[in-house]
Amino acid sequence: MSEQTAPASAEELVPSRHSPAQRVQHLLHRNPALSPLIVLVVAVLVFGVVSENFLRPQSLSLLVQQMAVVGALAVGQTVIVLTAGIDLSIGMAMVLSSLVMVKLNFDHGVPGPLALLIGIAAGILTGVVNGVLVTRINLPPFIVTLGTFSIFTAVALLYAAGQTTALPDDSFLLWTGETIRIGSVGITWGVLLMLVLYAGVGFALRNTAWGRHLYATGDDRDAAELAGIRTKRVLLSAYVVAGVTVGVAAWILCGRVGGADPNAGLNYNLMSITAVVIGGTSLFGGRGLVIGSLLGALIVQVFNSGLALAGVDPNYQVLATGILVILAVAVDQWIRRVKA
Amino acid sequence: MTDPLLELRSVNKSFGPVQVLHDVDFRVYPGQVTALVGDNGAGKSTLVKTIAGIYRADSGDFAFDGKPVTIHSPKEAADLGIEVVYQDLALCDNLDIVQNMFLGREATSGGVVLDELTMEERARTTLASLSVRTVKSVRQSVASLSGGQRQTVAIAKAVLWNSRVVLLDEPTAALGVAQTRQVLDLVRRLADAGLGVVLISHNMVDVLEVSDRITALYLGRVAADLPAKESNLSQIVELITAGRSGDIGIPAATAAESA
Repeated sequence: MSEQTAPASAEELVPSRHSPAQRVQHLLHRNPALSPLIVLVVAVLVFGVVSENFLRPQSLSLLVQQMAVVGALAVGQTVIVLTAGIDLSIGMAMVLSSLVMVKLNFDHGVPGPLALLIGIAAGILTGVVNGVLVTRINLPPFIVTLGTFSIFTAVALLYAAGQTTALPDDSFLLWTGETIRIGSVGITWGVLLMLVLYAGVGFALRNTAWGRHLYATGDDRDAAELAGIRTKRVLLSAYVVAGVTVGVAAWILCGRVGGADPNAGLNYNLMSITAVVIGGTSLFGGRGLVIGSLLGALIVQVFNSGLALAGVDPNYQVLATGILVILAVAVDQWIRRVKA
Repeated sequence: MTDPLLELRSVNKSFGPVQVLHDVDFRVYPGQVTALVGDNGAGKSTLVKTIAGIYRADSGDFAFDGKPVTIHSPKEAADLGIEVVYQDLALCDNLDIVQNMFLGREATSGGVVLDELTMEERARTTLASLSVRTVKSVRQSVASLSGGQRQTVAIAKAVLWNSRVVLLDEPTAALGVAQTRQVLDLVRRLADAGLGVVLISHNMVDVLEVSDRITALYLGRVAADLPAKESNLSQIVELITAGRSGDIGIPAATAAESA
């Protein structure tokens, strides 16, 4: 934003003449994860009051397990949205990656860890395809991933011949579904893996030159280029990182559903975008945090579980998600108009 | 007079059939502000971008510190110590002052993790060495700065790298009176600190006030290269608009040829 104030007052930086609304605006501008955090806390408190079962450890641990797949995907989606892009294919890419893992392991007898690595490589490959199309052929990410969404869907269905594959209980790939007990709270390895993903990518975004370049490229690609950043490389790297999260999310998905289903991916695309948007990351790029997307994914799940436990018609869960998305984008637009 | 820090001789540059620079000679002296003036399309931006390594000259010689050099990329220019402050400033609004000053050249510890303390310290030292007191905190977001402060940050970014030649493209174009004052003072201080400063400006009053030498371009040719003290407003305006003034400037026949 380049709003200019009158020269006389330009050097006075002390925000002394700001209304309360402007102060809130400033606070949210500096802390993009603050608004989702407030929404999450309020939602948890409200649902806790409405239904007594909501705050029980079992309910909460189930809630977290239910959001682990979307949560992991949202990491990759955040990285792409920070570059002012979007990935509409990410859910199908995950399904494809999980099919590769499961079918190699079950149909072809490839050892679990190797099948996992090949599956993750397939996930990375989907990211490379998207990234190359965006950076080398200069196509808009929306169009590229709309196309690859259909392509990945078709490849997944053809590869699986439309069939669901279930894994035997002792498969290595189901490890992410196993529960570890911390006191009365059960948590799956998949949830921990998701948290590791958040910690790793969050650290890289905040504390490495790569992360800094990603934010710069997302905000103003020309300025980043003039500062000596090779923005095409940065963009490509974002899609590769998304590919890695696709592979990890695919593993978590295996543990959750006990196998691989070629028809499972449709909702995950939009759910990951929903989590990112509710998490306060700007669709215009350059502003947001991965931790916000974790909060965003949690908010959606809290609404779904909370409304379900309160005995509300499931259709209202969808309605609530829609309202949350629109509110989140409206808040983002308001924050983006922040003035000095 | 001291030897020039940067010297260009007979530089030519064409874009397809259009020749934008004709045998341009250009010198930048240490400790001096060299103003580069000329009408729109005279070739100022092309000359700057050629020096910055964004464009490659078709022919001509470059010398830096008296030694012949080639500049084929922005990185080669930066390695020599040539920095450009672009008109649109090239700052990222979502980053703070330190992050912008080090953008693309971040300091790391162990090669991976950003060394925020070192960067913050160096940013603060650089701003202080430029006597910049208008910025409250180096951790302030650039989006919250005024036009003059943004210009200051962009200039500080350019001098952070022990640069020796700084090219400023229209640094006061979008500024109010008070902010223009600050930026011109800063431009003068850069030269006083021994840097070779190139100032591109359309404001002849600013040019006459702050610069030591004036190089006027007219349709891609150097119309004149003269000390600012021996010049005046009407003379420069004539050089810019007609390519000649009295007995200095491009002969009418040559000027017509490039028109």
